[in-house]
Amino acid sequence: MTDIPVAAAETAAVTTAKPSARRIAPFVPLPLTAARAVTLIGVVATIAATFMSWTYTTDFPGDLTVTGYPGGLQVLTLVSGILTGLFALGAFGLKGLRWLAPNHSHNAVLLLALGTFATTWYTVIAIAQELGGLANLDPGGFVAAVGTLVLLIGALALPIHRHPQEDPNAEYFELGRLSTVPVAVAGYKWLRELRPHHTDLPVPDPTRLPGWVQRLIITLAAAVGLEVLTYGLATGYTEIFLGFLIVVVFAIWALSASGLLRQFSGLTAAHRSFANTMGFLAALAYPFAQNDEHYANLGVNILIFGTVALGLNIVVGLTGLLDLGYVAFLGVGAYAAALVSGSPFSIWSGVQFPFWAAALTGMAASLVFGVLIGAPTLRLRGDYLAIVTLGFGEIFRIVVNSLDGVSGPKVTNGPNGISQIPDLSIFGYNLGDSHDVGSVTLGRFANYYLLMLLITVIVVLIFTRAADSRIGRSWVAIREDETAATAMGINGFRVKLIAFALGASLAGLAGTVSAHVTYNVVPSPYQFAGAAPPNSAFLLAAVVLGGMGTVSGPILGAALLYLIPEKLGFLQRYELFAFGLALVLIMRFRPEGIIPNRRRQLEFHEDETLVPGKRPLGDDTVPVSSAGA
Amino acid sequence: MTTITKEQPTPAQAPDGGPLLQASGVIMRFGGLTAVRDVDLTVNSGEIVGLIGPNGAGKTTFFNCLTGLYVPTEGTVSYRGEILPPKPHLVTQAGVARTFQNIRLFSNMTVLENVLVGRHTRTREGLLSALIRGPRYHKAEARSRERAMEILEFIGLADKADHLSRNLPYGEQRKLEIARALASEPGLLLLDEPTAGMNPQETRATEELVFAIRDQGIAVLVIEHDMRFIFNLCDRVAVLVQGEKLVEGTSDIVQQDERVIAAYLGEPFEGAPADEGDAAVEQAEAGFGAEAEAEAGAGTRAEAGADAGIAADDAGEEQENDR
Repeated sequence: MTDIPVAAAETAAVTTAKPSARRIAPFVPLPLTAARAVTLIGVVATIAATFMSWTYTTDFPGDLTVTGYPGGLQVLTLVSGILTGLFALGAFGLKGLRWLAPNHSHNAVLLLALGTFATTWYTVIAIAQELGGLANLDPGGFVAAVGTLVLLIGALALPIHRHPQEDPNAEYFELGRLSTVPVAVAGYKWLRELRPHHTDLPVPDPTRLPGWVQRLIITLAAAVGLEVLTYGLATGYTEIFLGFLIVVVFAIWALSASGLLRQFSGLTAAHRSFANTMGFLAALAYPFAQNDEHYANLGVNILIFGTVALGLNIVVGLTGLLDLGYVAFLGVGAYAAALVSGSPFSIWSGVQFPFWAAALTGMAASLVFGVLIGAPTLRLRGDYLAIVTLGFGEIFRIVVNSLDGVSGPKVTNGPNGISQIPDLSIFGYNLGDSHDVGSVTLGRFANYYLLMLLITVIVVLIFTRAADSRIGRSWVAIREDETAATAMGINGFRVKLIAFALGASLAGLAGTVSAHVTYNVVPSPYQFAGAAPPNSAFLLAAVVLGGMGTVSGPILGAALLYLIPEKLGFLQRYELFAFGLALVLIMRFRPEGIIPNRRRQLEFHEDETLVPGKRPLGDDTVPVSSAGA
Repeated sequence: MTTITKEQPTPAQAPDGGPLLQASGVIMRFGGLTAVRDVDLTVNSGEIVGLIGPNGAGKTTFFNCLTGLYVPTEGTVSYRGEILPPKPHLVTQAGVARTFQNIRLFSNMTVLENVLVGRHTRTREGLLSALIRGPRYHKAEARSRERAMEILEFIGLADKADHLSRNLPYGEQRKLEIARALASEPGLLLLDEPTAGMNPQETRATEELVFAIRDQGIAVLVIEHDMRFIFNLCDRVAVLVQGEKLVEGTSDIVQQDERVIAAYLGEPFEGAPADEGDAAVEQAEAGFGAEAEAEAGAGTRAEAGADAGIAADDAGEEQENDR
């Protein structure tokens, strides 16, 4: 009997001495039942507030004056509030909702509460600021503000899985000169320990469910993803898009914190082809899910941009060749397609190729240019290649500008470009006309969206098949260590040239469609850096932000980089500055990109099964957060 | 295949075949410095040949000449009677694989993928076949994976096939480098300091691994600083000092050679100039008193590294690599 207390004391000593032990502590000290009660009261108040009127006038976009019916930003608060309530009940152990918190942590509740709070307070502040004062707020606005505040306080009082206690003697060299200042070190350490931490919590294996349930879940996720995506693309004004972004970011972060995202990636890994099909179907349903041509136009442009980014991903992400003039290949494809399109401004105005021939022409032209540029430059390594490709990109634009019949032979009409490119016609189906499919009318952009979706699927197939093969492995080997790769029998030059040529021809393929979508091609968009996509800097940013070497990464990156300048008009002058800042922050806190490569994931989760990041557009379930936590 | 149980070599297992690799008159000059000076070396099939020498003696440079990383200033290297082109990938294609002194794995690829990259020269599937994925592609890919797993079993890393190679412990990274080289189905394997930084147990395991590789019919040429390792292992040992081959022969001959002892233990001959290595090289290049001078220079240089029989200071060789 005597030795038991000793043993207990020993284990106690061990746990206190071990700084890396898991830590569960609330941010605000309240008894657990009180914290739960406060959280639920906050949820109820928030939801109730969305049915009240928030302002007197309809001047604020979205009409928040109606009592009994939420509108505009209120819908976002309502959705976020309901989600918070459901996740809270799940985390509190309510039967039937427990599956929402598979890792039994409250972290997701806190994150959702934060999202609800942020979007609601953003709305309230925006109302007061745009209409000139708090006087414009109805009682509903105040209820919402107070309700979300209560919700946040309640969530902060819940026990949260936090970052483990740091070693008391830890030295923080990243603070630089400040690492000798005790106050700074203490503050920094406190901030570090504030971070929620949930990535290593165990979750039940989802594949124990019956097969049809698993498939149903994937289908539902694809449908929800489509719905969210459609809503986001169709947001009509800046305020609601910002609110949408806030809610989505926090919701995805919460999904990751609850462990649901990990379960879901387990499901998609188990049913890979089914998940891919559902993702494709969701993307296919997009033009049918809304009836405004403008949003289909957005969709086409995102797909074009994303496809080109995927092509660049072969060059940059797999082979590790920094190409700073990649947009030129898009331009080559577009000009080639324009010249054979039958446009009256083309020098061969009588020639009109059918689409398949035009696409092949665009690809072939880009391929030839890719080989011409690659053959001499790919013998260079690293920085030299970047500089040469940067030069080539600019040369392309300047040459196209000069081939106007004055400075050079008349081929491209110089800065006026080739305009009046006729719409495509495939098997007698004119993509320029509206067509009725059932009760839905597919307009011009919806037609092009469907065509571009087909091309994106082809490019995704090409990318995944090439990446997972002998040639793909040799690309990655060259990226990792070119000397060792050649010593393993890889002909470095040849393999790099193949990557370069393949990337170029995929960009050329996207270029042929983009020429028809925009009716005309002019030299100005094909530059190194500019305020709007596509340009080489944006393409590279899409690849790096999204996640190098993945399929969904560059497409997501392209979607974000296309939507943000499109939707956040007020940034305008500060756009490039904001992008620079975002890139710096992402590179600092999540260098592997929003969607980490399978290899990078392995680096952090050695013992888990491989979770491929291979999903086409449409499913929105992206592990945005785990490292940012 | 799975377990490596190889006893000490018996004299009966001496060279059993004709010449596999023949380097004749290899000279490598970097500007004014002659790093490898007129070296002849023959490796017969079924043989384990050691290459030793003090730091900076030109061992790795010689390796790089053999494998096409450097184009020798003069001299030829032939493999199975055919002259090797000075391109690394063609050398590997011909059947000469190598490892590196400082581990050069593809660190963000898995262990299995590393070995699969080693199979590159023994498979033909190009981009088109990867895109079309016909039955032949699947067959070749399955065969590659099967073969890679066999090699991993042989080397003892099969259970870590899905790990990132960067996360392997040091000794296993060394093993993986050998596995990757074996995947190219070589007739001759060049190992550049395979036991650098290993403890005695690991060294002994590596020894047995090399014997097992030899028993598969692969000749081995190995650079090492660990004398016990070399003398246990090798049928023949060549000593390189100051870029020149000093002695070549069985372990006994090499161990008893006075010039080798001098080169390693650093007894300066009378009148030996206490100068820098480069000066000695130039003097030697000028061609007077070739052997004695070279030894003397090497002797002074080897003083510090004399007891570095096990853990070698890589500085000299690194410098060479960078050039």
